[in-house]
Amino acid sequence: MSDPVLSLRTVSRVHGTGAGEVVALHALDLDVRAGELVAVMGPSGSGKSTLLHLAGGLDQPTSGEVLVEGRSLGGMSKNALAAVRRRAIGYVFQDFNLVPALTVAENVALPLELDGMRAKAARAKALVALGELEIADLADRFPDDVSGGQRQRVAIARAVVGDRRLVLADEPTGALDSTTGEQVLRLLRRRVEAGAAAVLVTHEARHAAWANRVVFLRDGRLVDESRRSLDPSSLLANRSLT
Amino acid sequence: MSIRQGLLAMLDNGPRYGAQLRAEFETRTGATWPLNVGQVYTTLARLERDGLVEAEGQDGAGHISYRITDAGSREVALWFASPVEREAPARDELAIKLAFAVTVPGLDVRTLIGRQRTATLGALQDYTALKDSLYDDPDELPWLLVLESLIFGAEAEVRWLDHVEARVARAAEQRADGDAPARTFSGQQVSR
Repeated sequence: MSDPVLSLRTVSRVHGTGAGEVVALHALDLDVRAGELVAVMGPSGSGKSTLLHLAGGLDQPTSGEVLVEGRSLGGMSKNALAAVRRRAIGYVFQDFNLVPALTVAENVALPLELDGMRAKAARAKALVALGELEIADLADRFPDDVSGGQRQRVAIARAVVGDRRLVLADEPTGALDSTTGEQVLRLLRRRVEAGAAAVLVTHEARHAAWANRVVFLRDGRLVDESRRSLDPSSLLANRSLT
Repeated sequence: MSIRQGLLAMLDNGPRYGAQLRAEFETRTGATWPLNVGQVYTTLARLERDGLVEAEGQDGAGHISYRITDAGSREVALWFASPVEREAPARDELAIKLAFAVTVPGLDVRTLIGRQRTATLGALQDYTALKDSLYDDPDELPWLLVLESLIFGAEAEVRWLDHVEARVARAAEQRADGDAPARTFSGQQVSR
């Protein structure tokens, strides 16, 4: 079994102090490996977003350790942490978070350029990522000139550009219609099958079902987990499902 | 849909013999409804008796081909034009089990709900993996539609389980606070 791309080890996150103390995550352990899409479900306030923020280095745990590609985020300087976020971690947000004044290709190349890559090389990598998502022809258009589904594809391209191996997606289909949302999830799966690791936060069971593993949080604790059968094609052999 | 309606709808596309109808029926229902050829011929005999189809004669291989009559075509049009009526709901084993569970003192209903949700999510993941594998094959459209019906059903069950969990938790809080609202004889809650 491959080493985990993301590891949360006995991670707790407490907000506030004294009487106002709220435990958002409680001693949580989670490993996500290359080729694995893990969906996180749970009611509002169960700790889903906190988990994603900690995994992406946007927040620090009160105790425990977060490792990305085997490196602990806790002991890193601000600059080192920012570099890991640019090189290893990609985010997909519900509202896309694209820069409207930049073209599609410039949006996708942005994290590489921020990391010091020359514009020409960054654009070449951006075009590869856009090609994988079958939207290379949109490269020189602006975000406002493409559809919602296309914008989310751009956001995914930006999340995976430069072979970043950890994709963190927060309700990435929330703003899309059912069919377009499904296309986005298929693309996320294809990316995972190509070697990335991904964490998908969603409140929709139908979307979570695209994951290899679904974990369920309640009150900051991981309380349930379900996995795909090893061989779902056995359902195909016997179609007497109804 | 009955076998009768299915056969008539296929014959409305042109004459066919029994074995053709059986194979096409299975394809069009996503192979979720296997028929034997005896069911096909029994149904054809009844359709012929009712004047909705008529035998055309035999081909060289001895197959008896059937064609639809005008009355049969009218019945097909009426069937497609009419919404499917909701039958009396079947007894839902899970709903009954949970309804029973909340009346058993000391039973950990939350754990029971969690286990059921895990099982249903697992099924939903398997259906979705299968759907993903069939996605790009246009010949699989009938089966995809049946599969998606199962997916939406499982999703609804998960959402309902979330709702039950929240409702059970609220009821427990009310009991703990000792301020459960009074009830009228009709079961409606009233403020005290």
